[in-house]
Amino acid sequence: MSRTTTALALAGSLAAALGALTVPASAADGQEKCYGVALKGQNDCKAGAGTTCAGTSTIDFQGNAWKAVPAGTCATMTAPDGRMGSLEPLERDLPKG
Amino acid sequence: MSAAITVNDFAAALLGPVATTPKGVTTARGRSDAARFAVYRNNVFVALVDALAARFPVTLRLTGEAFFRAMARAFAADHRPESPILARYGDRFPDFVEGFPPAAGVPYLADVARLEAAWTDAYHAADAPALPAERLGDWLPATLTRPVDLHPSAHLIRSSHPVGSIWAAHAEAEVGPIPSWTAETVLIVRPDADVQVHRLPVADSVFAAALFAGRTLADAAEDASADPAFDFGRALVGIARLGAFIDPFSE
Amino acid sequence: MTPTATLPPRAGLGLKPEHYAEILSTAPDVGFFEVHAENYMGDGGPPHRYLSAIAERYPLSLHGVGLSIGGARPLDREHLKRLRRLIDRYRPQSFSEHLAWSTHETAYIPDLLPLPYTEETLATVAAHVCEVQDTLGTRMLLENPSTYLLFEESRIDEIDFLAAIADRTGCGLLLDVNNVMVSSVNHGWDPVAYIDRFPLDHVGEIHLAGYDETVDGEGARLLIDAHGSAVRPDVFALYRHLLGRIGAMPTLVEWDNDVPAFPDLLAEATRVDRAIADVARHALKVA
Repeated sequence: MSRTTTALALAGSLAAALGALTVPASAADGQEKCYGVALKGQNDCKAGAGTTCAGTSTIDFQGNAWKAVPAGTCATMTAPDGRMGSLEPLERDLPKG
Repeated sequence: MSAAITVNDFAAALLGPVATTPKGVTTARGRSDAARFAVYRNNVFVALVDALAARFPVTLRLTGEAFFRAMARAFAADHRPESPILARYGDRFPDFVEGFPPAAGVPYLADVARLEAAWTDAYHAADAPALPAERLGDWLPATLTRPVDLHPSAHLIRSSHPVGSIWAAHAEAEVGPIPSWTAETVLIVRPDADVQVHRLPVADSVFAAALFAGRTLADAAEDASADPAFDFGRALVGIARLGAFIDPFSE
Repeated sequence: MTPTATLPPRAGLGLKPEHYAEILSTAPDVGFFEVHAENYMGDGGPPHRYLSAIAERYPLSLHGVGLSIGGARPLDREHLKRLRRLIDRYRPQSFSEHLAWSTHETAYIPDLLPLPYTEETLATVAAHVCEVQDTLGTRMLLENPSTYLLFEESRIDEIDFLAAIADRTGCGLLLDVNNVMVSSVNHGWDPVAYIDRFPLDHVGEIHLAGYDETVDGEGARLLIDAHGSAVRPDVFALYRHLLGRIGAMPTLVEWDNDVPAFPDLLAEATRVDRAIADVARHALKVA
């Protein structure tokens, strides 16, 4: 395809899609829902948090990160085929309970 | 210049890999005290780990608190904030997670962290009017042969894992099931007040990735044309309606 | 230098993102709100949107935590520019920073770190305060620190050091009563004597907060400036003593960790407002 025909084809494709935008609301609703899936998540108001001028007496112990094992929702999250969130079997045993 | 040297010593001891007490510090008793210096050292690490925990809450839930804090502390030991704006701290955390061997059993973890980093970037990005999809017709002829102007808040995450679904499954106290374990391309954008996260249609992911890589509309359409399900007009109007482009006609 | 409008002599609260919506919908009777400047240095988005709405309704205090005025290094010009932009945009009634440092080489250290008090550091801090006031076009308040250690080479008393900075630069002082208690317990000072010796004529704002308590390496009581609880009774008593000497004064309640629901924060503000009203009534009777 030459540059010109490509441009024409793209313009035509866009015109068709824009045309669909002007379809009456009831039909357009279906159209609107077709594009992408809006996801609701959990990042909220703490996104502004950060700077500090306060101390803490809670000691953050310097644990050995290399011995740590992920044991959050990745160990329990489920997929339709029954697969778990941890795709590969973890090398170490997860804490019980 | 003795005070500058004392303070330099203090900073080095604060940030060093092993806890030591700097020279020149003392107490009312007339001798130094390691436990008192440890308060400062602890404050620094807790502040950095807390900043990461605030920016990456789903990454934290996926791994659990203990693992996350250990991983975040390992990151903080090698990555000092470059500015006092801590909301930006952790831009390189997703890459660190990807290369962190203890997290290798959770291969999607780094992509979830990428989504969360993009979320905060979008939250703090400059405000700008998004291009209304209806205006694409005016805009297209001049734009086919140059990169599009993306909205300042727009980010695209392409993952071989269901990164958007995993993130969304953590919206509630009880983590929901993942509907389908497939690759996902996620658009993060804040066209107005709130950050929005959208899973894009599979057929449009190559096109979207090309636009975000700075390719022209024509080249991006060509990249995507291998997939017969790809429809240029539908993809462009669809992405525009999510607010991913800036309005070049507005003031 | 343009004279800055002043904060009202009432209780103020730290503004937290989790309370934005509630503050706008319930319009609580709070004297002023204070924000950490560094939390509003993004380009746009909800933080600025909410702060604009709240600054339209309440007096605003801008409190910096990252300028490193107490450091030996030159001040970060980029950071000063960011502060200037914030001040131009929001026109706060007060700008304050700390007698502390927080940078090392190219890194920012997220804590307020102590400095030795010597003629040399006095000259550096005074020069930094002058540069801040010139660049920002406003008088600033400098806050007394809370510290866990002392320096062998310190030759100047902390209060004399702060008074000298105020005299040399024309800056005001922010008197943090919790910091007075924390440092006094940690270093065996008398907190009442600290307040009584402090140059109160220079004070433009008071801070209150809750401390944590632990012990040091030799088992001595060690207080930590934690900002994670209500104001402790001994700090509140010290505050009342201060009010008796200084009169009504804008007073911020800082609660930055384990932030409670807004009504609990408001209850702290109400307690402070009552203490301020008590001292104002007493002053009337005396007059």
